Amino acid sequence: MADTSQMQVSDEIAITINQMNKWYGSFHVLRDINLTVNQGERIVICGPSGSGKSTLIRCINALEEHQQGSIEVDGTLLSNDLKNIDKIRSEVGMCFQHFNLFPHLTILENCTLAPIWVRKTPKKEAEERAMHFLEKVKIPDQANKYPGQLSGGQQQRVAIARSLCMMPRIMLFDEPTSALDPEMIKEVLDTMIELAEEGMTMLCVTHEMGFARQVANRVIFMDAGQIVEQNEPEEFFNNPKSERTQLFLSQILGH
Amino acid sequence: MSDNKNNNPIAFVATSVIPESPPPARETGIYKWVRENLFSNIPNGILTLVAIAVLYKVLSSTLPWILNGIWTTSSLAECREVLQGKTGACFSVLAERWQQLLYGFKYPEEEYWRPNLALILLFFAMAPVLFFDLPRKLLGFTVIYPFLAFWLIWGGSIMVPIVAMLGFAAAAVVFQKLGKGSFAAGFFGAIVSALVIWKIGGMLIPENASETAMLTAVPSRDLGGFMLNMMLGVTCVSLSVPLGIALALGRQSSMPLIKWICVVFIEFVRGVPLITLLFVASVMLSYFFPPDATVDLFLRVVIMITLFSAAYIAEVIRGGLAALPKGQYEAADSLGLDYPQAMRLIILPQALKISIPGIVNVAVGLFKDTTLVSVISMFDLVGMIRGPVLASTEWNGVYWELLGFAAALFFVVCYGISQYSQWLERRLATGHR
Repeated sequence: MADTSQMQVSDEIAITINQMNKWYGSFHVLRDINLTVNQGERIVICGPSGSGKSTLIRCINALEEHQQGSIEVDGTLLSNDLKNIDKIRSEVGMCFQHFNLFPHLTILENCTLAPIWVRKTPKKEAEERAMHFLEKVKIPDQANKYPGQLSGGQQQRVAIARSLCMMPRIMLFDEPTSALDPEMIKEVLDTMIELAEEGMTMLCVTHEMGFARQVANRVIFMDAGQIVEQNEPEEFFNNPKSERTQLFLSQILGH
Repeated sequence: MSDNKNNNPIAFVATSVIPESPPPARETGIYKWVRENLFSNIPNGILTLVAIAVLYKVLSSTLPWILNGIWTTSSLAECREVLQGKTGACFSVLAERWQQLLYGFKYPEEEYWRPNLALILLFFAMAPVLFFDLPRKLLGFTVIYPFLAFWLIWGGSIMVPIVAMLGFAAAAVVFQKLGKGSFAAGFFGAIVSALVIWKIGGMLIPENASETAMLTAVPSRDLGGFMLNMMLGVTCVSLSVPLGIALALGRQSSMPLIKWICVVFIEFVRGVPLITLLFVASVMLSYFFPPDATVDLFLRVVIMITLFSAAYIAEVIRGGLAALPKGQYEAADSLGLDYPQAMRLIILPQALKISIPGIVNVAVGLFKDTTLVSVISMFDLVGMIRGPVLASTEWNGVYWELLGFAAALFFVVCYGISQYSQWLERRLATGHR
């Protein structure tokens, strides 16, 4: 597979997060987050559990509310205005750890639902597009099955295709391989790598360090709600600066 | 393995794929079945024998009673004469009074075809709702049916149901137009437009319209018998399911005022016996209406039973909503679906599916509870039995036959509902979780 880390990144800014803070009750989960993501960038966010990395990307499409600072996605400021939130959500695709496919709908219906109802795409066109993306994630033959009949890896690939059907400009991945058997991790990662090669802006919370080395052009390490270190993958893995990062890397790469 | 060259006792390599083979054939035969299922050990054998004894006892005393039943006499005294001390039921009361039991004692006999037709049409109206594989166009008839059934059963001027229908149609149109912008505007706009149409329509209908009508008007107090139970049951179930959904969603709402109204309503209604609500409907509710407004007793009872069962259905549906993983809401949100879309397309289809057994439970209970209206002197099936039939000199004392008949009628309907719900659960199973 091609090494994608040298791919072109445009100067156009996709996401700006400025001095963002978030609390759960009195617990300070995210502290002074500053992050600028350019169009076409592929960022991997890692860190110990409870470090706020999932919360960070969930703030970007307003699944979590932030209390201070600003988040701007594609030039739209994320505020309490429902119209802005819906606009951002239709531009930002998301894949979850537990896939969250709709179990009462077939694979094809899962993929066409949002385009038909949110984008008002004609049904036929939506189905054609869904089949296109299902082919891309290599499971067009499962289109008429229900999610419960598919394996975990297949479900996650359907979830990716479902997001892609909305033609998002940015994709968020929240530990997409953590709930999968080892045999299935590769098929999901391959799909994500392919997506990266096509220049999709991606933010991935993941512990797949091989994926980070191969695909990311920036790795962010978070701890205790704070961005501790960020760097290009080579530099990040070979020469971590902060003690906390060194400890984390020695723990996950050590065995 | 003997050919293990290393002599390593734990090394093992599968050399061939074990072919699939059919499961061992089960022995068959009636003798084996009886031994396995009825007399597999001594306690089971004893239980089987006891069960057979009980069955024999029950059947040996009921079957002669039913088979010896008399169908042709004209009073209980004549039944006793014919039976001359032998056991036997006096079904003559059913043969003679079945019309009263089914339609009440005041519904004009020459008009029985009207409720009959309404009942037949009911099946056509329910079919597309209950069996959603049928073409969606059939729903058009379902929409018209309530007004048609109203006209058939009550008769009178056809203008009344037409005006009512126009009011609802106007409300639907206004809601479509305004509801796109804001739900509240659509909701209140719809209510106002319906009220305006009804007011204007009410003025247009001439006073004497019902005298010259095609169908003779039958006042509500003349309705009765099992027909009344069916009418109350069907109306209240079909009204309380949507109301229950609205209450369940309202209870989960993030808007505190709506949430509190729903919580208070549900908790209050669930905390009060239905019978008191019915007394309120029959006696006290008129105090809440303007003095000149005469709201029909039937309508008042429908309102009360609907509110009562809607509160229960709301709680059942709330359970279904709570059972859905949070990820379903998040997935719907992350795709950009707005609240009504997420509810309608993702959340409710799944929550309602989980709630089917509970909703059916409430619906069956509600249907049987319609017999409580006999307490507020409406002559439903039980009211007819307790009142006019048992009070007559001919049939005073025929309890088993009459109440058994009532039980059988209710059982047929309730068993049908329960079978439908089981079919529905099977039909909706998509093999997940």
